[in-house]
Amino acid sequence: MRLALLTDIHANREAFEAVLADIAQRKVDRLVILGDIVGYGPDPGWCIDKVEDLVAKGAICVRGNHDRAVGVPDGALNVNARRVIDWTVNRLNARQKLFLSELPLTVQDDDTLFVHASANDPGDWIYVTSEASAMPSFRVSKARLIFCGHVHRPALYSCDLSGRVASHIVAAGNAAPLLKSRRWLAVIGSVGQPRDGSTLASYAILDRTTNELTFRKTGYDAATTARKTRESGLPESLAQRLMKGI
Amino acid sequence: MPIRPHPGLEIDGFTLGEQLHKGGFATIWDVTHPLYRTPLVMKVPTIMDGYDGPTIVGFEVEQMIMPRLSGTHVPRVIGQGDFAVMPYIVTERIPGNSMFQHFKRAPLPIAELIELAARMAEAVHAIHRQHVIHLDLKPDNFLQRPSGEMVLIDYGLSRHDLLPDLLAEEFTIPMGTFPYIAPEQYLRQRGDLRSDLYALGAMIYELATGKMPFGQPEKLSQVKQRLWRDPVPPRAMRREIPEWLQEIILRALEVDPAKRYQSAAQMVFDLAHPMQVRLTDRAHKMAQDSRIEVFRRWRKMRNIKAFAAPPSVASQIERAPIVLVAVDLSPEMEPLSQAIFLQVKRMLNNRPDARVACVNVIKTARIGIDQTTDDHGNNLHVARLVGLKAWAEGIDLTDDRLTYTILENSDPATAIIDHSEANKVDHILMGARGHSSTRRFLGSVSAKVVAEAACSVTVIRLREGEPASDAT
Repeated sequence: MRLALLTDIHANREAFEAVLADIAQRKVDRLVILGDIVGYGPDPGWCIDKVEDLVAKGAICVRGNHDRAVGVPDGALNVNARRVIDWTVNRLNARQKLFLSELPLTVQDDDTLFVHASANDPGDWIYVTSEASAMPSFRVSKARLIFCGHVHRPALYSCDLSGRVASHIVAAGNAAPLLKSRRWLAVIGSVGQPRDGSTLASYAILDRTTNELTFRKTGYDAATTARKTRESGLPESLAQRLMKGI
Repeated sequence: MPIRPHPGLEIDGFTLGEQLHKGGFATIWDVTHPLYRTPLVMKVPTIMDGYDGPTIVGFEVEQMIMPRLSGTHVPRVIGQGDFAVMPYIVTERIPGNSMFQHFKRAPLPIAELIELAARMAEAVHAIHRQHVIHLDLKPDNFLQRPSGEMVLIDYGLSRHDLLPDLLAEEFTIPMGTFPYIAPEQYLRQRGDLRSDLYALGAMIYELATGKMPFGQPEKLSQVKQRLWRDPVPPRAMRREIPEWLQEIILRALEVDPAKRYQSAAQMVFDLAHPMQVRLTDRAHKMAQDSRIEVFRRWRKMRNIKAFAAPPSVASQIERAPIVLVAVDLSPEMEPLSQAIFLQVKRMLNNRPDARVACVNVIKTARIGIDQTTDDHGNNLHVARLVGLKAWAEGIDLTDDRLTYTILENSDPATAIIDHSEANKVDHILMGARGHSSTRRFLGSVSAKVVAEAACSVTVIRLREGEPASDAT
């Protein structure tokens, strides 16, 4: 059983399509989308339709803070993000808005938990960026594997038998064994707005049989997304960051 | 751990037999499984009551690394057990004893110890090529197959370049076996494959002299002394040790990793070609360094925090390849051999730690007796060697990393392929002698080497009428 884990698509159609094409070559049985389908990018409607289609075919999807902000104003979002949400709301039809509003905050599948941000308070959108901020997720959830997004930079944490949390560096493309003697939390990098210094779209593959997680990266036509961002009248900085991966 | 191992225990299809060994951190059991006919052993960590961090993490590391290794120098993994029930690793059983028995007999006859040393270094190179640094090389961790190959066991302190290093923060004190641990391991550096070469050097020292180079320190402060105190030169204890062997041992035991061998394969190469080991002051040394010299080093080293380490195992191996250059010395091939020469020079700009093995093949007749002398009675072998050295004039490799070998074979391609395999060559550089139709039918030497060699091959070819001096 192989799962592809995607998150933070952020209305970037080109990146989403490139990642799906890459996944299609890698014998994946199931897709999991960890939220933030919309926000920042110029193609929210297309991306929601695509996710809805995938969910109808068996994919799992949880809700991110930008997905929620479409229905419920979120004062915590930064100025640019709020501008884009206002722009997005006017371009979505009722069905697309309904789809976003009905997404669950978390999905538990066997020993695995899927959530957009920190698992200890999924609706509070806490960033997991360090061993200390990963700790609460391990404390609150009993799941052996926790997968989240929200940070836009891939990271891997483990919690050993004594409850100590360690962070691990794993380069993209290398399979990391998720030893059964520990519990693991993986932050998946962003499909549509990478911030790890690389312009490539990020995702991950979990192999349930070998119990290994592989962070993956794939190239996409970022120049087109940046152009569409500008043409839609969205903030220039959002177009530029796609070309820098920051 | 709810289950403890005992004879007769059945777990995941394995049945435990007698206990073969009881060590400080684990027990080893004879096990059987209905699906496997080969003898198997099970290793079970001895976990203290409560939380026993270092033992658990060490075993996690072993469970993570061992299944990723393959080849004759590693025991084949058959099964693994969960910590939730009983953690274990089942591997094939390697018959025979560990190298420890040979160390008990040390000092060994020179010929025997060279053979053992080369085989040990060969096994170490095999795991380095798979991104793993062992970091706990000692006699007990080498087993020898009946066929002669060494097998490396016990990966509880090892580091896999591409996997999370679970041990990095587990230990506050340096890990490893004190008599063999490298200076940078004392400084808690876990990313340098040359640490394993230091341990090899310490073991060869022991096989040659019967003594450990730094004794058997029990305290860390004693381990630290190897940062400035040099060991007694082996030849001072045993005169029959050849100078070249002392050169190899003391080079491996250099404090600064940059001054050691840069790969285990380069060490194997020297052990296999003793006559070509270039002797330095290390070879001639007959006493430990003077007090003044040691004091000078102590002042320099006592506060050192780290040595420069390579970014990864793979990059270090990549930096220090063994390159075989096959040269045709016949006069009509001069422009081609000149082009190969320029190519070697260019390559050395990128890989300054490369070792270059220059090879020339004497083609022998398939049937009949060969002439080993020319018409004037000069030895053909010697003449070729002189020619090869003349060709290499101008290739600047500071130390002993340039060697010359004359091979004899009725099929030059086979000679080059066999020699490259025997010497762990990473890259072959050779010329192609034009592209006539005869050659297309008869097959060329370079085509066969490209098709059959286990490593990368670069073939240099001159265009019609093109001079060799095209670059630099």
